[in-house]
Amino acid sequence: MTITIKYFASLREAQGVAERTFNSSEVHTVADVIARHELAFPENTLISVNQVYAYPETELNSGDEVAFFPPVTGG
Amino acid sequence: MTIIQIQIETSPIATWQLLDEFEQEHLTDNHLIGACSVFTGKMRSSNHNDEVIAMTLEHYPGMTEQQIRTQVDTVIAEYPVDACLVHHRVGEVTPGDSLVLCATWSAHRAQSFRACEEIFEALKSTAPFWKKETLANGDTRWVESNTKNPRP
Repeated sequence: MTITIKYFASLREAQGVAERTFNSSEVHTVADVIARHELAFPENTLISVNQVYAYPETELNSGDEVAFFPPVTGG
Repeated sequence: MTIIQIQIETSPIATWQLLDEFEQEHLTDNHLIGACSVFTGKMRSSNHNDEVIAMTLEHYPGMTEQQIRTQVDTVIAEYPVDACLVHHRVGEVTPGDSLVLCATWSAHRAQSFRACEEIFEALKSTAPFWKKETLANGDTRWVESNTKNPRP
């Protein structure tokens, strides 16, 4: 299973990278991806999978793009 | 069928020129339109009592356009309009710059007023944009939240 992870705004700065790739057969949901981060995400972190809002329990397939970002502030 | 144009851009938003061009290109032959509502948002030089001299707008290319389109589709299902135009600025901006343009056209004012407001509010609470401010003293900080409904 290959998952691309993206981080935006303050979470990108905290992680120190904009993007990384996970290769693991033990990743099945977004929560599994979260658990593999050494640095905890803030409680208000938003999640998307393949550019659609998602949740920790969202199931993943190989090739998916998961993103983590803070509350949005556009407009 | 509603004409929908959504654009994210790094160049300045020429609000009234964009509206003119959009009407010229798409709406000149539609004489059933009687109303157009326009919202334009600009950068302010003050936030939380601090002087803000510049701002960087970041977004999630692809998801941003897709998310705005989803919201537009949801809103116009309830408030049908003939056309909808959304432009949003990203990159480096300074006070006075236009950050967003949201316009809707419909037969009567009620639909265009409501659709314009609802689309803008949906954009503000769900479209993946983030603002980082530069204060007069040189400090930078992320704007943490701009809406009462932070979970899309």
